[in-house]
Amino acid sequence: MAQLAVRGVTVRFGGNVALDGVDLDADPGMVTGLIGPNGAGKTTLFNVITGLIPLNSGSIQLNGAPMNDLSPTKRARRGLARTFQRLELFSLLSVRENIRVAADIRKGWARDGSDPAAVTEALIERIGLGAVADARVDALPTGQCRLVELGRSLATRPEVLLLDEPASGQDENETLAFGALLQELAAEGMAVVLVEHDVHLVMRVCHKVHVLDFGRIIAVGDPQQIQTNPAVVAAYLGTPG
Amino acid sequence: MDKFLTFTIVGLATSAIYAVIASGLVLTYTTTGIFNFAQGAIGMLAAFTYWQLRFSWGWPTPVALIVVLFVLAPLFGILIDRVIMRGLQDTSETTKLVVSISLLIGMIGLAQIIWDPNVSRPYATFFATSKPLAIGPTTITWHQLITIAVAIAVAIGLRFLLYATRIGIAMRAAVDDRPLATLNGARPHRVSMFAWAIGSSLAALGGILIAPLVPLEAGTLSLLIISAYAAAIFGRLRSFPLVFVGAIVVGCTEGYLSGYLPQNQYLPGLRLASPAILLFIVLLLLPNPRLRGRTRSREFFPMPSRRGALGFAAGVTAAGVVLATTMSQPDLVTYGRVFSVGIIALSLVPLVGFAGQVSLCQLSFAGIGAIVMAHLGHNGNPIALVWAVLITAAIGAVIALPALRLSGIYLALGTAAFAIALDRWIFTLPKFSVFGLFNIDLFQQGSVSVDPLRLFGFTFDTPGSQMVLLSSVFALLSLLVVAIRRGRFGRRLLAMKDSEAACATLGLNLLGTKVTVFALSAGMAGLGGALLGSQLSSVSPQNFDLVTGLPIFALAVVGGIGAAGGALFGAVSLAGLLPLLAALLPSVSQYLVILPGLAGIGLGRNPNGAVHDLREGFMPIAKSRIVLVATVVVLAGLYAIRMLDAIDNWTYALLTMTTPLVAVVAATLLRRERADGVVPLEWRGVTEPWTDDDVRDLDRVLGLTEVELHGAARG
Ligand SMILES: Nc1ncnc2c1ncn2[C@@H]1O[C@H](COP(=O)(O)OP(=O)(O)OP(=O)(O)O)[C@@H](O)[C@H]1O
Ligand SMILES: [Mg+2]
Repeated sequence: MAQLAVRGVTVRFGGNVALDGVDLDADPGMVTGLIGPNGAGKTTLFNVITGLIPLNSGSIQLNGAPMNDLSPTKRARRGLARTFQRLELFSLLSVRENIRVAADIRKGWARDGSDPAAVTEALIERIGLGAVADARVDALPTGQCRLVELGRSLATRPEVLLLDEPASGQDENETLAFGALLQELAAEGMAVVLVEHDVHLVMRVCHKVHVLDFGRIIAVGDPQQIQTNPAVVAAYLGTPG
Repeated sequence: MDKFLTFTIVGLATSAIYAVIASGLVLTYTTTGIFNFAQGAIGMLAAFTYWQLRFSWGWPTPVALIVVLFVLAPLFGILIDRVIMRGLQDTSETTKLVVSISLLIGMIGLAQIIWDPNVSRPYATFFATSKPLAIGPTTITWHQLITIAVAIAVAIGLRFLLYATRIGIAMRAAVDDRPLATLNGARPHRVSMFAWAIGSSLAALGGILIAPLVPLEAGTLSLLIISAYAAAIFGRLRSFPLVFVGAIVVGCTEGYLSGYLPQNQYLPGLRLASPAILLFIVLLLLPNPRLRGRTRSREFFPMPSRRGALGFAAGVTAAGVVLATTMSQPDLVTYGRVFSVGIIALSLVPLVGFAGQVSLCQLSFAGIGAIVMAHLGHNGNPIALVWAVLITAAIGAVIALPALRLSGIYLALGTAAFAIALDRWIFTLPKFSVFGLFNIDLFQQGSVSVDPLRLFGFTFDTPGSQMVLLSSVFALLSLLVVAIRRGRFGRRLLAMKDSEAACATLGLNLLGTKVTVFALSAGMAGLGGALLGSQLSSVSPQNFDLVTGLPIFALAVVGGIGAAGGALFGAVSLAGLLPLLAALLPSVSQYLVILPGLAGIGLGRNPNGAVHDLREGFMPIAKSRIVLVATVVVLAGLYAIRMLDAIDNWTYALLTMTTPLVAVVAATLLRRERADGVVPLEWRGVTEPWTDDDVRDLDRVLGLTEVELHGAARG
């Protein structure tokens, strides 16, 4: 059984079917890609997995335990963390405080005797935010904000990490470093789910890719298979080649 | 059966009035996004105006009606829209709330200025002399019949307006999506103006219909409308048919309560409080909201420094000592409430400023604290203070339980309902006993005396000693508030205020956090109330009712709700400046009641608060050590001279107030002089090595945001 298992998830907004029987697996040690055109339902799927919006049918399991009835808070405590496409940073706080809040919250529920201050500094170092650690997040460019969100979600030491377009707003060098970081995280045993429009990044770092179109999964496979899958090419990559 | 029918008619007539007022409220809310807390106050003003025209000046009924409903009320609505509300489109929910609450306060003040509250004003119903019509075994008065007919006409009229007229369709479009409606060519300004005009007319109509049924009193009349709010919430602030259904539910419940509630000394208050309790219940029945994502507001409250906090606390304590030793006894009594009101205002800082949770019932918590002090603080027993904090904190925690589901205006309404339930019912209860264990006699149905506090063998029974006590307690609590802001809990509150959704996905227990901050804030207010009680030596429910509490909230927000200074600003304006102005200008003192409202309307929209600007203004003093020391020395010297009775109070006050102003000028001049020795910007990095300070100066000159960009980060 996969660490995160999404089975037959359907979500409707009024008459609009945003997700239609979606299945998705994410395994520890792997970066799982989720791609699809605008409006395909990627963010909606993350919202459903984290419990921010209810689903109409289907199930979501973490380590084999169903999570459908759990609040977002409880799901986070089971080891789920995410970033937001539409940034949800704490704008009244500095970069360091943003990460520190998360480390403190994690300590509050995990009671693992970790030192939130040390966790925070280590993450700032690892993600490369040292130079802006005391800046207010409002003053940062989007690319860096996304790194702060990544740091914040890592501070809860998740088992499953959902990233919603984390590389948008980053330049080429930043994206390269970011891809390497994702692979590192996976190598440490985390299950990473990556939603990203930067196809090169996805193909480079993902072990497995799901393609979502109009709320349905139209293909699953390794990057090689996905790139040559005719349905995907038609739906997502547009022109062949 | 006759009785049932009679009260059904009473209930339906009341429902009709609520429906009319509530539909006006919903109309303005949906088209402009502003929940008009002053909707009832507009109705109140209209009722008074109508009384003036019809009964005082004896105008014919139709003329008076036309003038009020179709000329004055719409004009007033348009005025509110143009002058006050239009600038609020992109401001935070708290700002909108403060402005509309201030409007309410201001209008109550205005009514009290124009119509002396001590005069009774008879107000006849429509066709009062005509014989009631018989329906079966009972009768219906003409007034009731007209009321119900009017509501039906309003329902039909609104339906026609929204579905069959261009402006109505534009209104509905604005409800669905404002920016989109603008793109499609709707003119939002015209739409909102129209909505305010109609909303205000409907409020006026409701006010005139309800006025004959209750005493014509500004505060009561403005808050009577709380039932209309319940109806509006029932309609989810969107659906007019549901608003009408809600109005019928609320109105009939009130009707049956007045018919069937047993005659019992405990229950008359319940009847008065029933609208508030119904509102509370309706709020609890709202569907669970989605977790709130980021609110993008402009407000920013900078992190207070340790040094600044200590300086502030020292300054407050010193001010308390100075006031206590220089003022006359009567003056100390007059201005003594600055710090006790200050503590109550301070209790709003963690709750509203940090956590973004609105509470309009802080003064009610203070009232509970005062009761505890009165009953448990015999001979000034200080343990009563501990009880006051614990009991109010516990009640605050219970009140917070529904708060997870409520936010913004809903939370404001819920806490206001709680305040009303307390001051109309609970606080007026006669003696009762709890499980036969203890007897409780809250305010003894009038007022209850509170002994002065006794601490370490010292009794704080003079206004001067109380002033010193209260200023020290305020100072200590301000340090507590700063410690919270700088610590783990404060960060968590600010995070939650920004994005509940993000906090939840980090595993934060939102309910626990909200309950904690509510309890903390209620406990602080309870402490303030207990101290206020022992200062006033006798307290009654009127000291703690909702209308008295609203200006504290509004002015603390004007001052800047994110910092202790803002709370002090609010308290000083309310309990210091207002009485001072009244003493200086006795001829206009009756007009001053309108000032808190005006302040809230005018300044409530500065998201950072007035204190923020003041602080910036006086910053140069803190930055220059020499000037700072000199200022303190001069102030101390002045105080010494005053103590030697070499100067009188006026001279002393004047000199004390000029000192910081002179100091600012001095500090600025000093800095400029020093700045003359500085390398001009274009030569930086040429004559001397390039430093971080140079980068910062350059950023400032170029208007870039100050980010510490070191060389490494830019590469
Ligand atoms: N709260 C909502 N209410 C109604 N419809 C919604 C809501 N959220 C999303 N939708 C709709 O659901 C569909 C999927 O949206 P979603 O944001 O999940 O797509 P996405 O794949 O993340 O797109 P993008 O690549 O642009 O981020 C869209 O048609 C969108 O309009
Ligand atoms: Mg998306």
